[in-house]
Amino acid sequence: MIEALIGFTFVAALLVLLAPDEWAGRLAFAFSLLPFVGSMYLWSGFDGAGNALTGGDIAYATQIEWLEVGGRTVSWFVGVDGISLPLVVLTTFLVPLAIVSAWTPIDARQSQFYGLMLFMEANLLGVFTALDFFLWFVFWEAVLVPMYFLIGIWGGPRRKYAAIKFFVYTNAASLLMFIGFMSLTFALGDSASSFALPEITGAIADGGLGTWFGISPDRIAMVAFLAMFLGFAVKVPIVPFHTWLPDAHVEAPTPVSVLLAGVLLKMGTYALLRFNFTMLPDQASALAIPIGAIAVISVIYGAMLALAQKDLKRIVAYSSVSSMGYVILGLIVFTEYGVGGATFQMVAHGLISGLMFMAVGVIYNATHTRMVGDMSGMADRMPVAVGIFVAGAFGYMGLPLMAGFAGEFFIFVGSFSAPALPYAPIFTALAMFGIVIVAGYLLSAMQSTLFGPFELETDYDVGPAPFHDVAPLAVLLVAIIVLGVAPDIFFEMIRDAAVPVVEGVTIDG
Amino acid sequence: MVNTLPQVAALLPVFLLAFTGLALLLVDTITPDARSNTSMAVVGALGSLAALAASVWLVVSGTGSADTGGAITLFAEAIKVDTMALFFTAIFASVTALVVVAAHDYFHDHESPAAFYSLVVFAATGMALLAAANSLAVLFVALEMVSLPSYVLVAYLKRNRGSVEAGMKYFLVGALSSAIFLFGISLVYAATGSLLLSDVAEGIGSLDGLAGVAGLGIVMIVGGVAFKTASVPFHFWAPEAYEGAPAPVSAFLSSASKAAGFVIAFRLFTEAFPVGASLAAGIDWVLAFGILAAVTMTLGNFAAAVQEEVKRMLAYSSIGHAGYVLIGVAALSQDGGANGAVMGAAMAHLLVYGFMNTGAFLFVAMAERWGVGRTFEDYAGLARRAPVASTAMAVFMFSLAGLPPFAGFFSKYFLFMGAIDNGFLWLAAFGAVNSVVSLYYYSRVVKALFIDDPASSSSLDAIDVRPTGLYAAVVFAAVATVLLLPGFGPVIETAEAAASALF
Repeated sequence: MIEALIGFTFVAALLVLLAPDEWAGRLAFAFSLLPFVGSMYLWSGFDGAGNALTGGDIAYATQIEWLEVGGRTVSWFVGVDGISLPLVVLTTFLVPLAIVSAWTPIDARQSQFYGLMLFMEANLLGVFTALDFFLWFVFWEAVLVPMYFLIGIWGGPRRKYAAIKFFVYTNAASLLMFIGFMSLTFALGDSASSFALPEITGAIADGGLGTWFGISPDRIAMVAFLAMFLGFAVKVPIVPFHTWLPDAHVEAPTPVSVLLAGVLLKMGTYALLRFNFTMLPDQASALAIPIGAIAVISVIYGAMLALAQKDLKRIVAYSSVSSMGYVILGLIVFTEYGVGGATFQMVAHGLISGLMFMAVGVIYNATHTRMVGDMSGMADRMPVAVGIFVAGAFGYMGLPLMAGFAGEFFIFVGSFSAPALPYAPIFTALAMFGIVIVAGYLLSAMQSTLFGPFELETDYDVGPAPFHDVAPLAVLLVAIIVLGVAPDIFFEMIRDAAVPVVEGVTIDG
Repeated sequence: MVNTLPQVAALLPVFLLAFTGLALLLVDTITPDARSNTSMAVVGALGSLAALAASVWLVVSGTGSADTGGAITLFAEAIKVDTMALFFTAIFASVTALVVVAAHDYFHDHESPAAFYSLVVFAATGMALLAAANSLAVLFVALEMVSLPSYVLVAYLKRNRGSVEAGMKYFLVGALSSAIFLFGISLVYAATGSLLLSDVAEGIGSLDGLAGVAGLGIVMIVGGVAFKTASVPFHFWAPEAYEGAPAPVSAFLSSASKAAGFVIAFRLFTEAFPVGASLAAGIDWVLAFGILAAVTMTLGNFAAAVQEEVKRMLAYSSIGHAGYVLIGVAALSQDGGANGAVMGAAMAHLLVYGFMNTGAFLFVAMAERWGVGRTFEDYAGLARRAPVASTAMAVFMFSLAGLPPFAGFFSKYFLFMGAIDNGFLWLAAFGAVNSVVSLYYYSRVVKALFIDDPASSSSLDAIDVRPTGLYAAVVFAAVATVLLLPGFGPVIETAEAAASALF
């Protein structure tokens, strides 16, 4: 089933690449609905239980042997559990919307653009469903290639710099992570006979790590943890590895920003959860205080940076750094609500940041500026789009009954009394303070651009945004509210998969 | 014998290549008209594809493999066909087919394209024979059979100063290294008293004070290998020759000829000078190869990073890749359990490299055909007029850099893992660092093609033809580079089995 989903998306990407530019956008949208229907089907028939890595029941699992490396088998091994399915749904949901939002701004080489978007979707689905390290790594790296082109070709004035920076940063990070994971498999020796993640997780939990090149198992585990943590931290991104993100976001065209913030950043947190926190929970809890501190610093520092920006897109970009800090905090506390809330927040933030980037894009399409000081009173001219923008911003600030509230609330509930993280209440309180800053910059930015008398220097008249610009915004807003009102549609399965992660950690003292 | 065919049938690919070369001469005699370009290309391509099919069929049917009674020896053991020989023959035949098809368009207005095809096919015949050589004498003759046509091919554009100069340089360095190689063979013969590889190996075990002579001979043979594979210290001809030669010839030399150099190394340093016996005799060629590998890959990659011309960059990158493949010999150890794995990985890398590197040089051939210029700047914006070819080039570049969605990732990964398994962590570390450096200059090509704007609005007008043969070759190489990722299993299994049979 999952193979069909990924395979179809690849074929669709090829067909769109070959389609004429005039209707490539329409065709890509039509094709992208099918993976969404497919993921709904996966969701409706979901029968997984527990965590895929810790011996839970994996839904829609397929395992076919691919090749053998040094006595270990590599296989095509895909499947979903309560953590990956929501992210699969998120991906297939966001891509059609991002494609529609591209109809206005993308006016050159359309077939290549939409083809690359679908190509990226196929690889993203692979990242979230692959349960074999090699397969996962192939998809993980394959996401970078379309992203590089999407930023580099259709981006803003400094697109070349941004694309190269993105590519080099994330590739260097991948290499570090790869080396980290490989040192684990070498230390496992004969304890694991494949690269299947469940087997490796099990082998590590059973104490299968041995001495390798004279390095003790504990030290190898720690080195691997650090290497993988640094590798994923760039992707997330966590302060101080975040500097590629604002450049990439500002230069990327709107639909690409939507996917970058909505799904690509979740690759980092998803991988952290899978590799660092599920495979090596003891190393994580040993480093609880530094990781918690990094999480809080990301929250506060990201929000402060957002506060200082004048470019609407940069504001949203830095606020993503801040939101990802909450996710890390939720993960490190190792409680049911912390880990579950972090996963829920990945989905919620995917939707909300997608909405925000899209809304900024709609305004930019009409005004050709994103600078806060250049415009005011946009609500006069495009009331519907601005209305949804404001609603989305409130979602970002954590207004109850919206997805963002649910996610942050779960995280704070989970982190307040966390045995794994010393001084948890202090960390939580500091992180909560981030919400205040978020409210501060979002409200002040909206105040000066959206409200007040209309002012914008143009030689044309600014009217309401076209229907196909606003429709994706409305769909996203509905999804955010649905998820806020009924978080259990995802949270049930997430919690089910998060509990084994929490149980995997040994907390001393 | 399960096989009912006469044993000499194992040499079928070599015969097919040789007959193709002769048939090409015949076609040229029947139609001496210079416009016989197309018929020559068709015959050459069919012949090399037949050789490819034959070698793949022989590998699949298990000819010469350990399962079916071991290697087949012919002509008083002067020839030995095993899976490794056939595996390499498949590489040579694939590259030859690609080059011949591409050359059809490249030489469309050359006054006498006919000789080109027969020279390429004869060189390929020599390579196939080289892969099956079991005696130092056959080895040397086959080597010369590869080298002599190569000199002519490099200087094939005889009115082009660059081509002639490159041919001259290649010839001088080549003649010198042949002499050194031959002298090395004679010293080894003097020390061991035999030219047959298995007898040489026995002789190495009982040198009786002749270790110095044998050691000197081996060092000279290493020099010959370094020349053929364009490795340090005999690498300096490569950038000149690859840059000056017609691009299809550069593709042929940097892929097939390099693989031929490695088959000598793999054959000699397992069967004639086995690790254990050589170390026991005090001849530590493992360390020598280790240093050569590290220096070669570092020099190649760092030099490639500062080039301004794409073809020259590819030339240095091919030196870098020679360094990676040298790990296949440098990471051998006396009782290493992963000896077969690491050498097999090197063979698989050469196969993948045969497609991705040939493809990259053929893209350069296409650019030369269009006349768009040679530097990175000249390539700016080509993707707008030639999206298919540019996409193929992007595939080659990413695969050469070892990025995961392409076959180059797996082959490099297996190579480094094999080295680590055998205890050569430092070689793998050198390789990994160099791979990171290489990403920089490979991605420059992709950036120029797709992201940079053309220098002027008219600079793309040069792209006025769609050479069918070149396109077919480039696209086929790209498809092979992608498909070898999911299909890597059988390749690496065959290669590992072939290499393991030698230890």
